[in-house]
Amino acid sequence: MEHIRRILAGEKHLFHDLIRPCERGIYLMLLGLLRNEAEAEDAAQDTAIKVFRNLHNFRGDSQFRTWVLSIARNEGLGRLRKQGSRREDSLDADTDEQTGDYTPAILTSWREVPSEALERKELGDILRRTIGELPEIYRNVVLLRDIEEMDVRETAAALGISDGAVKVRLHRARALLQKHLAPLLGGFAPERKGLFRWGK
Amino acid sequence: MRIDCKHVWQHISAYIDSEVDAELRAEIDRHLETCEICSAVLDSTRNIVVLMADDRVFELPAGFSQRLHARLDKELELAEP
Repeated sequence: MEHIRRILAGEKHLFHDLIRPCERGIYLMLLGLLRNEAEAEDAAQDTAIKVFRNLHNFRGDSQFRTWVLSIARNEGLGRLRKQGSRREDSLDADTDEQTGDYTPAILTSWREVPSEALERKELGDILRRTIGELPEIYRNVVLLRDIEEMDVRETAAALGISDGAVKVRLHRARALLQKHLAPLLGGFAPERKGLFRWGK
Repeated sequence: MRIDCKHVWQHISAYIDSEVDAELRAEIDRHLETCEICSAVLDSTRNIVVLMADDRVFELPAGFSQRLHARLDKELELAEP
């Protein structure tokens, strides 16, 4: 709050340091809504300017980042309204009518895909594309919880939903991702060594 | 209480986040010892969560921060002192 007081008192250059830790969260929130990198960047710049112009309205009763992310969310939703139509999500949310749960991809074994496999561009492309195809309410929760690694409470506040809704949506999002990604990721696991011996 | 596969799937996300109580965790662990399908579903889900969290998956576009702060500089110059 001291930092904000000084900015409002005239030390405007300090705003750069204030907004810097929120940049990635702003971008991810907007990417989740708009699903277009260039548009998300443009909206992120507008968001940062709106945060600066409205800084005097920040009361400190929530975390600064949460407040910033709600401004980003409003910016993204406003742009979607102007576009008039939302692009269709393509992963089917094929819920079981009675329980609302998903049947996962059924596997009998799993070979771990190590983080080093992300050196291959295709793996990142598959992950980004599949997350991008999640229904919006799940996509936003995944981006804030699993990618920006915000806690449940902060995610709930930024999205204007309850803690319980964050947990339910995250569970369904992860289940959908497992269902669609598990069959695609096998090729990125390292070959097992030493299982077979050829010749003598 | 013996839990079935569907019951385990319902709690996988909470299990990964250590948000299930001790009794349920013990039940799930017991189920996992003998169910290769649920073990593979859990391992694959956890693997995907770890991969997604890697900073390389969602990097800011090159030059994002510089462009943002350049635009902010213009705004800050115009703002009332």
